[in-house]
Amino acid sequence: MSDTLLALDGLTKAYPGVIANDDVSFSIGVGEVHALLGENGAGKSTLVKMIYGLVKPDAGKMTLHGDAYAPGRPSEARSLGVAMVFQHFSLFEALDVAENIALGMENPPKRRELAARIREVSNAYGLPLDPGRLVGELSAGERQRVEIIRCLLQNPRLLIMDEPTSVLTPQEVDILFGTLRKLSAEGTAILYISHKLDEIRALCDAATVLRRGKVVGTCVPRETTARDMAELMVGSTLHTPERRSTASEDVLLELRKVSLPAATPFGTSLHDISLSVHAGEVMGIGGVAGNGQDEFLSVLSGESLLAPGHIWVAGDDIGAQPPQTRRGIGVLAAPEERLGHAAAPDMSLVENALLTGSVRQKLAPNGFVNWSATRVFAEKVIADYDVRTPNADVAARALSGGNLQKFVIGREILQAPRVLVVNQPTWGVDAAAAASIRQALLDLAEQGAAVIVISQDLDELMEIADRFAALNGGRLTDPRPTQGLTIDEIGLMMGGAHDMEVAHAAQ
Amino acid sequence: MIRLEKRPMPSRLWTVLTPIVAVLGTMVAGGLMFALLGKDPFEAIRTIFYDPLFNDQFAAYSRPQLLVKAGPLILIAIGLSLGFRAGVWNIGAEGQYIIGALCGAGVGLALYPSESFLVLPLMVAVGALGGWAWAMIPAVLKTRFNTNEILVSLLLVYVAEQLLASASLGLLRNPDGGGFPGSRNFQQWEAAANPELISGTGMHWGVVAAFIAVIGAYTMLSKHMLGFQIRLTGSAPRAARFAGVNPVRLVLICLGLSGALAGMAGLFEVTGPAGQISIDFGSGYGFTAIIVAFLGRLHPIGILLAGLLMALTYIGGELSQFMLGVPAAAIQAFQGMLLFFLLAVDVLSNYRVRIGKPGVA
Repeated sequence: MSDTLLALDGLTKAYPGVIANDDVSFSIGVGEVHALLGENGAGKSTLVKMIYGLVKPDAGKMTLHGDAYAPGRPSEARSLGVAMVFQHFSLFEALDVAENIALGMENPPKRRELAARIREVSNAYGLPLDPGRLVGELSAGERQRVEIIRCLLQNPRLLIMDEPTSVLTPQEVDILFGTLRKLSAEGTAILYISHKLDEIRALCDAATVLRRGKVVGTCVPRETTARDMAELMVGSTLHTPERRSTASEDVLLELRKVSLPAATPFGTSLHDISLSVHAGEVMGIGGVAGNGQDEFLSVLSGESLLAPGHIWVAGDDIGAQPPQTRRGIGVLAAPEERLGHAAAPDMSLVENALLTGSVRQKLAPNGFVNWSATRVFAEKVIADYDVRTPNADVAARALSGGNLQKFVIGREILQAPRVLVVNQPTWGVDAAAAASIRQALLDLAEQGAAVIVISQDLDELMEIADRFAALNGGRLTDPRPTQGLTIDEIGLMMGGAHDMEVAHAAQ
Repeated sequence: MIRLEKRPMPSRLWTVLTPIVAVLGTMVAGGLMFALLGKDPFEAIRTIFYDPLFNDQFAAYSRPQLLVKAGPLILIAIGLSLGFRAGVWNIGAEGQYIIGALCGAGVGLALYPSESFLVLPLMVAVGALGGWAWAMIPAVLKTRFNTNEILVSLLLVYVAEQLLASASLGLLRNPDGGGFPGSRNFQQWEAAANPELISGTGMHWGVVAAFIAVIGAYTMLSKHMLGFQIRLTGSAPRAARFAGVNPVRLVLICLGLSGALAGMAGLFEVTGPAGQISIDFGSGYGFTAIIVAFLGRLHPIGILLAGLLMALTYIGGELSQFMLGVPAAAIQAFQGMLLFFLLAVDVLSNYRVRIGKPGVA
C-alpha cells in the first residue's frame, strides 16, 4: 500500500454559479480502499467524473502510476485501467447478461469465450451470474453484479464505485464487501463513494471528506467515530429528529388484498397487499429499488385505480376514486421522481403548487384559478421549507434536486393531509434539510395523520418509523415494530441475499 | 464542433424573436427560390408582403381579403393549438371544416326558403356539431383502441372530400341550377347569408367568431383549470396523471373543441365568402391552420397575428401568380418554408448553441 496509484493535485472545476471542486488534492495507493465522503452536492460526482474522463478539470493535474493522466473520454480512462460502476445502471433489459457486457467493451470476444470468462470471473469473486439470463429478470443486486463484472473483465487497477449499496439488502452488502476486499488484496485500488458512515468504517482504509467542493479533512475510518466523520462532512452538529410514538388505536388507512398487474413487461405487479395504518403512526416501507415501490404509491395516489372495496380511509372506499377526489378526502402523496412526476419541469413553482394544491387549498373555486392565492401558497412552501430559489416564478427544472424535493414534500405537508404517502422523502437532500423533513413527517403524525414512508434508506426508516414492512417482488411482508428489529431481520424481510447465499456457502 | 445545450429556463427573448427570424429566413430562402425560377426575388417578396396592403391598384380589393382569409385560419388554429399544447395531434381539421360546412348547409337547405332569423344561428350550431362529430371518430378510436389520432384524423380528410364531391353532385345540388354541380347560393338567401358586416373591411360573422375564440382561448389557458390541465399534460404527462388529469377526457375535449371550431369555420365560409357547397370548397385552410398554430407559438395572441400574416401570403401569393407568373406550387412551398424555419429556429428558445469540444462542460 506504499505505492501511489493515482494522485490528484489541485483539481478545480467550476460551473456557472457554483464551484463544484476547489483545489482538491489527495492520493490513492495501490490496493487501497479509499472512501470519498460528503453530502449530496459536496462535489463527489464531479470529482469522479473528472477521474473517469467524463468532465475535464479547469485546473490541476492527475498522475497515474507516476505518469501524467488526463483522460479525454471514458474509453481512454478504461484503457488505462480506471473503471467505474455507476449508481444508475446502464443496461438493456431486453438483452441478456453476456450481450450487455459485450456492449460495454471496446473489442468484445466471441460469445462463447465471453460467457466462459464471465463465469470464471464471477466464480473467482463470489458473484454468481448466468451469462444467458435476461437483464430484465434480474434483481437490482444482480444487475449491479453485471456492471461490476463488466469492469472486472478489463482488469482495472482502479475501480470507482458510486453509492453501490443503495440498491442492496444488508446481506448483499456483506457479499459485495467480500468481493471488494478480495480485489483490494490482489492490488486493485477502490475509490468508494458513499455517505453511509458505518459502511465506510467497515470497509475503507482511508477517507477524504469533501464539503462544498473542498477537501475539509482526511481520516482513517476505522479509528474515527461515525459522529466525528458526520460532523466533518456536515460542518456542524447534527440535530437528530425527536421521536415520540403517537400511534393511536384507530385504523385510518386500510388496504385489503390490493393487487395490480404490471404496466410494462419488466414492471412489478403487486400481489395481495394488506395493511392497516393507524392515526398518528409512521409506517416505514423498505425494500430494494424496483420491488413495487412506485406501483404501491400509484395505487394510493390514485394514478392506478382499483375495483371498489380495496382501499379504505376512515370508512370511505377510495380504491376506485381518482386523485383529486382522494385529495379532497385528505389522502396526499409525493412520488420519488421529482422532475416529470411530482413536478412539471418546465412550469413555474407557482404552477407546480397548483398541481396538487388546487383541491385542498381551494385554489380554483368554480374552475377559475385564483393565481394570487396560489402564489401565496407557493411562497409559503418556499419559506417554510427553506427552498433556495430566487422567486416562485422559476421553472421547477432550474432548482437543484434537493431544493425541489423540499418544495414537493413541503407542498404536501402544508396541505394538512390525513394520510400522507411519500417515496424517498430525503433522497438527494443535504443532511440538515433531511433532518427537518423527517421532523416534519413526525410532527404530522403527532397531529394524527397516518404517514407512510417508502425509502431505501434503512437508517431513515429505523429513525422515524413505528412499524416496518418490506416490499419484495410486489409482496408486502407483515409489518413489525421497529423497536428491537435487528439489521439481519430487516435483511431477511427484504428478501435476504436472493440467490447469493449459494456463493457465500461456496467460499 | 457545434453543440446544443439545454437552457435551464426557456429564453424569453428567443420566444419572441423566433417568429421574426423565421419570417426573415423564409424571405431569404423564398427569394432564392424565386430567383431560381427566373423571377426577380425582390419584386416577388414585395408583391407578396407589401402590395396587397399598400399598392394603390390592388389594395382596395385585397385589404378586405385579409380578414376574409385570416378569419377561418385563426378560428381553426385556435382549436388546434389547444390539442397541440396537450400533445393531441389533430391533423384533420380540413375534414372537420368540410363536414361542418356540409352538415350546416344541409340543415339550412332543408329549411329553404324559410325567412326566419333563426336559420343562420341554427346552421352555425349544426356546423359546429358536424365538425365535432367528425373529430370524435379519431378521439373515440384513440381512447378506446389506442389508435394514432394523427393518421385517423388525416385519412378522414380524404373521406370528407369524397362526401363533399358526392353531396355537391347529388344530395345538396341546386334543383334550380340547370344540372350544374353545387348547391344553392346562400349569399342570395338572406336568412342564411353570412354577409360582410362593415362594408370594405371583409369582416363577417366568422371573423367575429375568430376574435371571440382568441379571447376565450386566452382566458381558458391563463385562468381556467382546464387550460392548466391542457398545458400540464403537454409539458409533463406523468405529472398530469399524478395531478389527477383524466387523459381520456382531455383527448375528447381537445379533439372535440378543435373539430367544433373547424366545423364552424367551414359553415361561415360556405354561407359567406364561398357562397355554396361545391366540389372545390375545401381550400386547404385546415392544413394551413396547422402552420398558423405553430407560427403563433400555440399562443392565442400569436395565432391572431400569425393568421393575419398567413392570410397575407395567401393574397400576396395570388397576386404574384397573377402579376409575375409565379407558379402556385411555389407559393405553397413558400408557406411550407415558413413552418420549416419556425421549427428550426424554435430550438433556440430552449437550447443555446455552444461551439467547442464535447465533454469540456
